[in-house]
Amino acid sequence: MLISSAQGAVRAADTLITANWLDYLLIAIYFAFVLGIGFMARRQVSDSIDFFLSGRSLPAWVTGLAFISANLGAVEIMGMSATGAQMGLPTVHYFWVGAIPAMLFLGVVMMPFYYGSKVRSVPEFMLRRFGPGAHLVNSLSFALAQLLIAGVNLYLLASIVHALLGWPMWTALIVAAVIVLSYITLGGLSAAIYNEVLQFFVIVASLLPLTLIGLHRVGGYGGLKDKITAAAANNDKITPAKDQLESWPGLPLSGFDSPLLSVIGIVFGLGFVLSFGYWTTNFVEVQRAMASNSISAARKTPIIGAFPKMFVPFIVILPGMVAAVLVNEIVQLKASGGEAAIPGGASGDVKYNDALLLLMRDVLPNGLLGLAIAGLLAAFMAGMAANISAFNTVFSYDLWQTYVQKDKPDHYYLGIGRLATFAATVVAIFTATIAGKFGNIMDYLQTLFGFFNAPLFATFILGMFWKRMTATAGWMGLVAGTLSAIAVWSAGEFGKAFELSGQGLAFVAASTAFVVDIVVSVVVSLMTAPKPEGSLKGLVYSETPKEDLIDPHEASLPFFQRTVPLALIALAMVLVLNVIF
Amino acid sequence: MSHTPERYDAEDARDDVREDVADAGTDTGSGRHTAGAFDIRNIIGALLSIYGLILTLASFVGDQSLDKTGGVRANLWTGLALLAAGLAFMAWAKAKPIVVPDHIPHDDDRPAGH
Repeated sequence: MLISSAQGAVRAADTLITANWLDYLLIAIYFAFVLGIGFMARRQVSDSIDFFLSGRSLPAWVTGLAFISANLGAVEIMGMSATGAQMGLPTVHYFWVGAIPAMLFLGVVMMPFYYGSKVRSVPEFMLRRFGPGAHLVNSLSFALAQLLIAGVNLYLLASIVHALLGWPMWTALIVAAVIVLSYITLGGLSAAIYNEVLQFFVIVASLLPLTLIGLHRVGGYGGLKDKITAAAANNDKITPAKDQLESWPGLPLSGFDSPLLSVIGIVFGLGFVLSFGYWTTNFVEVQRAMASNSISAARKTPIIGAFPKMFVPFIVILPGMVAAVLVNEIVQLKASGGEAAIPGGASGDVKYNDALLLLMRDVLPNGLLGLAIAGLLAAFMAGMAANISAFNTVFSYDLWQTYVQKDKPDHYYLGIGRLATFAATVVAIFTATIAGKFGNIMDYLQTLFGFFNAPLFATFILGMFWKRMTATAGWMGLVAGTLSAIAVWSAGEFGKAFELSGQGLAFVAASTAFVVDIVVSVVVSLMTAPKPEGSLKGLVYSETPKEDLIDPHEASLPFFQRTVPLALIALAMVLVLNVIF
Repeated sequence: MSHTPERYDAEDARDDVREDVADAGTDTGSGRHTAGAFDIRNIIGALLSIYGLILTLASFVGDQSLDKTGGVRANLWTGLALLAAGLAFMAWAKAKPIVVPDHIPHDDDRPAGH
């Protein structure tokens, strides 16, 4: 007891970043706004639709920014700057290949079914299309995944507080959890979404100066390239400079040796299976679009989100790359191939995940430093809040109301939602300790998404466009797909059946899950009885009148406010970015 | 901007946004008021302006760590940019306010029991 508290005291004196009163002032102002939004949103929350779906009332630019902010948490900011520090530009594939196409597809093709069928969650769509079997599998796996991912976000949040204030991990975990808990319990999804939009601006306001000052220090983008080339020149532990400075074929990212396989792996594994699985079926994201005020706004939510999203890599990956040539600890770490034990990280030895924090320490003056810390805290809180607000909806509507207590008054489910929020926060504190044990958080998250989302996407897309697909096929495809992903991953990870570094293993596991799901679904469908005619209106493309899928007002808008032209503009811009880098 | 509405729910906001697009600025008649402080644009505007102001002021006092930034007065430039962005958001909210009607229509298009 004495020894551990003594260590705590030593740690406290030796924080990663030296913040002064000015930084604390900026952070405190942010927290005042966050809690203020919770209290203001509380006055609006009068029924469960308000609490869980923001009353379906928000304009598209708000839900669009919330859509990307919900994902701009731990994964992107720390994970992507870490991956950027380690392997350079190929990291952009997580955005330009691994997000934008799927977001556009969600808006153009899938959103009409989600919004138009008036379901309150993605699993509820599953219930209407396939019945309880698939619904239960989907709701449970989703709820579980959210608790795990909320834990990852919370862990990163606590490690920042630990690195900054020198608080013990446990205290930081609990304080962070209580803040998130209070604003969601008060304001529900509205508070979560408003905070996400606010967070987006704080993140940009802090990461943009960090990137610009960092680039200025290394002599601009040209200077960055020269320094990366020089560092990689005589060291075979570092990824060759040409692979770091060109996004294609992305060998360091995929872990394949052949450029052709690498491109196929990235396009099919990351770009199609993993990313479509994540963006189109993940209720955390879809929930933001469902909170919008019309089917047109719902469809435009991910498409509007795609525009800022395609520029996010410039403020998360570039600082990582700058850190890898400017920050001493990261330079040494990279020179050793990521193996050197260098003291001074956020949790023990320096890891790539510390790249952004250390760059902040080295280039930001007090003031901007506080803004940057507020931005990071905001991102992690928003990430965790997104997971928890999606969890409480699925728990209350899809698990509790569907299987436990059916016909209670609305305020009863509102109460259950608040209780679920509390329980989820407590569980997240424990999953945070699990998350701390994985070195590269990206690997961990990608693995999870592969298990849950890849088969889900296969089932959804087949179910939306093939009316013959049966209820039994729905749940059997999901289970077979998820299990096959786990089997492939375990064989690669523990059995050493394949040698794949990078994300290759996750790509292969997810692709397997996708193919297995399709095959099992088709075979089982052909052996079982289809759902009766007429029960699939609004759920399957061929059974739904075309006018139910579009907004009649949309034709009167100028072309840049219409869904499909907007999506085409976004697609063209991403293609241009891919050609340039 | 007179006062924040007591209850501002789904239908209101849905109507508001449509009205906002349809006849912005003309709806100042009786029985209507703006969302005011709860308009997200005002919240964003306020936070960015406060940050901008603090950073700008801070750039004239205290250590600017010019060795870290490579000689750039980072607090000053960021502060001014944030101030401009914050004021722009508040101007947007002022120019096209969200108008809240006093009557509260019921949402009938939701399936029963939901």
